[in-house]
Amino acid sequence: MPVLRQGGRVGLGVGLALALPMALAVGWEIAVDTGAASGRLLPPPSRIGATLFELAASGDLLSHVEATLIRVGLGFLGGAAAGILMGTAVAMLPLVRRICDPSLQALRAVPSLAWVPLFILWFGILETPKILLIAVGVFFPVYVGVSGAIASVDRKLVEVGRIYRLSRLAMARRILLPAVLPATLVGLRTGLGLGFLFVVAAELMGASEGLGYLLVDGQQLGKPDQILAAIIAFALAGKLADTLFVVLTRPLTRWQDTARESL
Amino acid sequence: MLIVDALSKTYADGTQALSDIGLSAAPGEIVALIGGSGCGKTTLLRLIAGLDRASAGAVEVAGETILEPHPRVGVVFQEPRLLPWLTVADNVGFGLGGLGRSENRARVAEALERVGLAEHGRRWPRELSGGQQQRVAIARAFVPRPRVLLLDEPFSALDAFTRRGLHEQLLDLWAASKPTILIVTHDVGEAVTLADRVVVMRPKPGRLEETVAIDLPRPRDPVSARYEEAVRRVMAALDRSLHPPTTRRDPAPEMRAGWW
Repeated sequence: MPVLRQGGRVGLGVGLALALPMALAVGWEIAVDTGAASGRLLPPPSRIGATLFELAASGDLLSHVEATLIRVGLGFLGGAAAGILMGTAVAMLPLVRRICDPSLQALRAVPSLAWVPLFILWFGILETPKILLIAVGVFFPVYVGVSGAIASVDRKLVEVGRIYRLSRLAMARRILLPAVLPATLVGLRTGLGLGFLFVVAAELMGASEGLGYLLVDGQQLGKPDQILAAIIAFALAGKLADTLFVVLTRPLTRWQDTARESL
Repeated sequence: MLIVDALSKTYADGTQALSDIGLSAAPGEIVALIGGSGCGKTTLLRLIAGLDRASAGAVEVAGETILEPHPRVGVVFQEPRLLPWLTVADNVGFGLGGLGRSENRARVAEALERVGLAEHGRRWPRELSGGQQQRVAIARAFVPRPRVLLLDEPFSALDAFTRRGLHEQLLDLWAASKPTILIVTHDVGEAVTLADRVVVMRPKPGRLEETVAIDLPRPRDPVSARYEEAVRRVMAALDRSLHPPTTRRDPAPEMRAGWW
């Protein structure tokens, strides 16, 4: 019974969360249907759905989603790898910290979109500047997460490793790595979210495919339904990637005493 | 088994934490170090463990000079210091290596059994109470069969009831392999319950003041007259360490309150 009751409560929660957007959507649909509103600038849900279906049926949607995901994926991999390497170096080597950290912190304060003109100037408008921009967005949360986590590893647990005479490698593998894993994963997850944020900016700077291109195209051709369809596809892709990340990494941190299960 | 010879420790800022400590313990002997806060008990233990370097003097275990943590010296800290990402059983087996999987498993199971946590091997440390966590830490220290075991106020954060049970389990584990034990405590009752010998320390700088032999058979009955007499002798020694003869007063209240 308790399981059932809990299931019912979750169902109620989902129902309440969906009530407002559903009511708005149905209301707008009726307003356009009865002629009370034209729906020219804000098309009703049925038209957005039809556009989405059309794009999907023609295969266009898939190729746009694929282009966007490849960019996010490559940018994420590059930014995350650089963030982990740099974060580790800065946390472990005091000299590197004193030389690099102030500059990196200063660069972190620059709004990443400010790099766009420079990147276009340097690398043109093809793939390189797009992936680089995404990588820059992913880099900083990962860098901050990893360097902070390593610096705050509990000295007392390191001492346990010393008592059992762990080699440097064993200390890294058996104490440091598991200790920094949770904060690293949080950094990576934030980075992934920012990757989706930056891919929009990257594709707005000129692209011939990708969900961002669908946005620009919809604006230039005056097709708000296409813009909204692209926004929905973005939301779904981002949410799916985030969920996938959480599901895949959860087994690694199941020892943690947190409220994460409720998320 | 354990020889501490003219050990001194002065910190970089000039504070002298320990001065000319000399101490030895026979195989299987249990020695309690007792004294107020700041008399260098923990510092002394860390030097013996090889976690810190002495300014002068030397520590020897089984004829080997200690300069860094030694395979035959185990440590139980004031906090359990369990690794939160390992299960209870993996924590207990953390210091085991090169024995083979089945031997490791058998030793871990035996140690968990002795501390009454046989059913908890697959749990996470966070799922245990403070007392249970400290029992895991004690099991972890015993499993590699150390010749010398150092305990730094291992029970100070626990309630009197839990502490009592842990004393019994500690003595049970000790009886199985008879390591030399050096235990730091500020609890006179604990010292008299566990030790063959109680060494009273004195602060500023930390040094050994007096040794009280506890010549009682085990298990010790805390309400027997001989036990109470031993407690009185330790209290008197503590009193002498806290107050030089000219200004002697009653023992400090925290020393008196904790003994039973």
